[in-house]
Amino acid sequence: MHEEMTLTKLILGRLSWEAIPYHEPILIGTFSMVALGALAVLGAITKFKLWGPLWRDWITSIDHKKIGIMYMIFGLIMLLRGFADAVMMRAQQVLSFGDSTGFLPPHHYDQVFTAHGVIMIFFVAMPLVTGFMNYVVPLQIGARDVAFPFLNNFSFWMSVFGGMLTMASLFVGEFARTGWLAYPPLSGILASPDVGVDYYIWSLQIAGVGTLLSGVNLIVTIVKMRAPGMSLMKMPVFTWTALCTNVLIVAAFPVLTAVLGMLSIDRMFGTNFFTNDFGGNAMMYVNLIWIWGHPEVYILVLPVFGIFSEVVSTFCSKRLFGYTSMVYATVVITILSYLVWLHHFFTMGSGASVNSFFGITTMIISIPTGAKIFNWLFTMYHGRIRYELPMMWTVAFMVTFVIGGMTGVLLAVPPADFVLHNSLFLIAHFHNVIIGGVLFGLFAGINFWFPKAFGYKLDEFWGKVSFWCWVPGFYLAFMPLYVLGLMGVTRRMSHFEDPSLRIWFIIAALGAALIAVGVAAMLIQFFVSFLRRKELRDVTGDPWGGRTLEWSTSSPPPDYNFAFTPRVHDNDAWADMKKAGYTRPLKDFLAIHMPKNTGAGFIISAISFVVGFCLIWQMWLLAVVSFVALVVAVIVHTFNYKRDYYIPAADVTRTEEARTRLLESHV
Amino acid sequence: MNPSGDIAQQQSHLIMVSTALMLLIIVPVIILTLLFAWRYRKNNTAAKYEPDWDHSTRLELVIWGAPLLIIIALGLLTWISTHLLDPYRPLTRLDASRPVSAAVKPLEVEVVALDWKWLFIYPEQGVATINELYAPVDVPVRFKITATEVMNSFYIPALAGQIYAMPGMETQLNAVINKPGVYEGFSANYSGAGFSHMRFKFYGTSQADFDKWVDSARASSETLDRATYTEVAKPSEREPVRRFGKVDADLYEAIVNRCVDRNATCIREMVAEDEARATRAATSVSLAAERSARRIAQASIDEVCITPTKKN
Repeated sequence: MHEEMTLTKLILGRLSWEAIPYHEPILIGTFSMVALGALAVLGAITKFKLWGPLWRDWITSIDHKKIGIMYMIFGLIMLLRGFADAVMMRAQQVLSFGDSTGFLPPHHYDQVFTAHGVIMIFFVAMPLVTGFMNYVVPLQIGARDVAFPFLNNFSFWMSVFGGMLTMASLFVGEFARTGWLAYPPLSGILASPDVGVDYYIWSLQIAGVGTLLSGVNLIVTIVKMRAPGMSLMKMPVFTWTALCTNVLIVAAFPVLTAVLGMLSIDRMFGTNFFTNDFGGNAMMYVNLIWIWGHPEVYILVLPVFGIFSEVVSTFCSKRLFGYTSMVYATVVITILSYLVWLHHFFTMGSGASVNSFFGITTMIISIPTGAKIFNWLFTMYHGRIRYELPMMWTVAFMVTFVIGGMTGVLLAVPPADFVLHNSLFLIAHFHNVIIGGVLFGLFAGINFWFPKAFGYKLDEFWGKVSFWCWVPGFYLAFMPLYVLGLMGVTRRMSHFEDPSLRIWFIIAALGAALIAVGVAAMLIQFFVSFLRRKELRDVTGDPWGGRTLEWSTSSPPPDYNFAFTPRVHDNDAWADMKKAGYTRPLKDFLAIHMPKNTGAGFIISAISFVVGFCLIWQMWLLAVVSFVALVVAVIVHTFNYKRDYYIPAADVTRTEEARTRLLESHV
Repeated sequence: MNPSGDIAQQQSHLIMVSTALMLLIIVPVIILTLLFAWRYRKNNTAAKYEPDWDHSTRLELVIWGAPLLIIIALGLLTWISTHLLDPYRPLTRLDASRPVSAAVKPLEVEVVALDWKWLFIYPEQGVATINELYAPVDVPVRFKITATEVMNSFYIPALAGQIYAMPGMETQLNAVINKPGVYEGFSANYSGAGFSHMRFKFYGTSQADFDKWVDSARASSETLDRATYTEVAKPSEREPVRRFGKVDADLYEAIVNRCVDRNATCIREMVAEDEARATRAATSVSLAAERSARRIAQASIDEVCITPTKKN
C-alpha cells in the first residue's frame, strides 16, 4: 500500500483529480466553450483535409513571413483571453460593494488579475511586437530571411508553448495569485505552496527562451544581412527601433531567467535567496525583476515608435522629419532604460538621494521621447495627410500618449509617488501608455502591413467602427481610474466598502464594454475583409505609396522576398527608387538559395512544454524522462544536414512573370 | 487627495506644481497635433506641401531644448522635495507657519503588518491595538514599520504618503496630523487573499482625547506577550478592533528580528555573529601581517645596527 502510494506520487506528483476545478461554474463554462471551439476547429481541419498543408506550410515553416503571421495570430488569440480577464475584473469591481462580494472570491479574482498582467505583457504585446519585427525587418533591409531561420521557428514555438502552459493552468490546477511580477515572500513556498507560482515560473522560463533567441536572431539579421548600400544611418526607422529593442531583449531577458530560476530553487530546494529568514532578502528580487522589467517596457514601445514613424511619413507623403535625431533618441532611450528601474519602488525605503537620482533619470527619458513626438508632429507639418486607418491610429496615439507620458513623469517624482504608488492612478498611467502607445501602434501596424502580408487591404468601415469604439472606450475606461487613484484607491482590490466610489467603476466598466465592441468590430473587420478580398485586392504591392523596401516587392511577397537583392542609396529606399524611375528586372533570374522547413522546432518546444508541466506538478520520473527526450531531440536535430534547397531559376522566372502580367493587367 | 496632515499637504501641492509645469509642454503639443492633423489633411490643397523637407536645425534645438528646460526645472524640484519629504527625516515644521521646537519629542508608534490586519504598539504608553490608530493633532509622529510574513504598504492618505512594510526590516515614516478627524488607513501593497479588508481607522484627536484613549486602552485586561502575539499573527480577515493594556517591551524588536519564537535566532544576532566572524578573520590576517612586519623591522634593525652589546 505504502509503496503504491509512492509510485503514484513518483508518476503523478502533486497532480490529482482535485486539481480539476469542476466546482467552479465559470471555469467549467469556459472549458466547455474552449473545448467546443477546439473541436470545431479540429473538425474543420480534418474535413477540409488541412492537416498536411498546416504541418508542411505553417507549423514547420521557417519562412520569417509565415512565422511573423503566426506570431500575430497567437498574440491576437491571447488578447481575447487577456481581455476576458479584464472584463471580469471590471465587472467584479462594479458589483463588489458593501454587502455584496461580487461573483469572484479573492481566490479566483487574484488569479484573474495576475493572469491578465502576465498574458497581456508576455503573450499579447510581446508576440505582436515580435511578429512585426519578424515579418517586416527582413523585407525592409532587403533580405530573404532572418539569419537563423530554424531558430526563428523554434523561438516562436517556445513562446506558444509557454503561453499554452499558462492557459493549461485554467483547467488543471490554478495560476499564481501574486500579481504579475510575483514578488516574494508572497510568491515564496510559505505563502504560495500550491502550483500557481510554478505555472507562472515555467511558462515564463519556456517563453523566455524563445524571446531571447529571437532577439539574438534579429540582431544578427539586422547587423549582417542588410542590402548593399544600406549603412546604419540609411536603415528604416522601424528597423532601427527593432535593433535597439533586440539589444534590450538580449541584455534584459537573462536577468529574468536568472531571477525566476532563483525563485524556483527557493521554492523547490529550500534555498534562501528571497526568503525572510536565513539571510534571504525579498528586496533583491524586486530589484532584479525590475532591472529586467523596466527595459521590457521599452522593448514593447520602441518597435511601436518605429511603426508610427513609418506610418506618419507614408501617409503624410513626406520624408520623416529629423531622421538622425529620431535614431539618436531611440539609442538614448535604449541606454537610459537601464538606469531607471528603482522608480518602481521608491516606497521601499531607499534614501532621498537614491530616490531622487532614479526620479531624475526617469524624467530625462522623457526628453528623447518628447523629441520623437515633435518629430512626428513636424513630419505632419507641410505634409499631405491621408486619413487611412493607420494614420488615424497614429493621431489618436500622439494625443493619448502624451497624457500617459505626463502622468508617468509625475509618478517619477518620489514624494508624489508616495501618494500615488500602487494606486489606480498607476494602473491608469501604464494602461495609458501601453494601450494608447503600444496597442494603438500595433493596430496601426496591422492595418498598414496587412495588405503586404495577405495581398488585400482591410475593410475600412469595420476598421473605423473599431477605432471609434477603442479610442473613446479607452478614455472612458481609464480616466475614471486616474480619478480613483487620486482619491487614494489601491489596485488589486476585490471588494470596496465606500459606495461613493462606485460611480467611477461603473463609468470604467462602460468603457470596457465599448472596448469590447471595438474588439468585436476588429474581428468582424478581419472576416469581412476576407470575404471582400477580391475587391480589396492590392495588385501593385505598394497600396499606400510606401517609402521602404517591403513595398517594392509583391503583396504577398514571394517565398524569396526579392528576386534580386536591391541596392540602397537613401533611407527611404523605395521612395528613392520610384523617384529615380526604377524598373523591375524582367529576365536573367538566378536560382535562389533558401532554408528548408523542419519540424524540429515544434517537437523540441512541445517536449519543453511536457518538461515544464512535469516540473510544475513535481512528477519527477516523467520530468527526467521528458528532459532526456528533449536532449535527444536536440541532438538528433543537429544531425539534420538537409537544411537548404534551391528555388530553380525557372520557378523564379515563372513567379516574376506572373507578377509582370498582374501589374500590366492593372495599369 | 484630501490632505489633513502637513506631509500629505506638501505632497499634494507638489503634484499640482509638477502637473502645471508639465502642462506647459503637453497642452501645446496636443493643440499642435490636432491643428496640424486638420490643417495638412489631403483635401486642403491650400496648405503648403514640402515632401522633401526633413530637417531644420533651429526646430531640432527647440524640440530637444524645450523638454530639457522643463526637466531641469522639474529635476531641481524633485531633488529638493525628495530630500525635504524624505519619510525618514524628522519633522521640522507642523505646517507652513509653525516650526517644530527642538524640545518636542515625537510620539513613537511601532507598526506591524500582519496577515491581514495592522498591529500598532505605543512603546511609551505601553499599550497596543489591532486595526485602530490614534494620534494627537499637531504632535509629530514617528512610525517604525515592519511586517510579519509578506510585504505590505502602510498608507493613510490624509496623513502622508505610503511606505512599504517588510518582514525582517524596518522602514520609517515621520508625519503629523493637523486636523482632528477620522481617516482611512490601509495596506497599499497586495498581500494575498485578505488584502481588500486590511483596513483601519486613524483618529486625529486633541491631546486630552488622546490621553483619555490611552487610559481606556490601558484599562484593557489583555496583555500582548509573545504567546498572544503568535495567536494574533495567524492569518485572519476583517479583524475587529482590539486593545491591549500591556505589551512586552521587547516584542517589536523580536518581530523585526524574526525571533518571537524563542528558539529562532534573531537576525540581529545572526548579523552580529557574521560580523564578528568576519572581523576575527580580518584581524587574524592583519595581526599576522603586523607580526611579520614587526619581525622584518626588527630583523633589519638587528642587521643594520650591529652593536657588540646587543650581540650576545
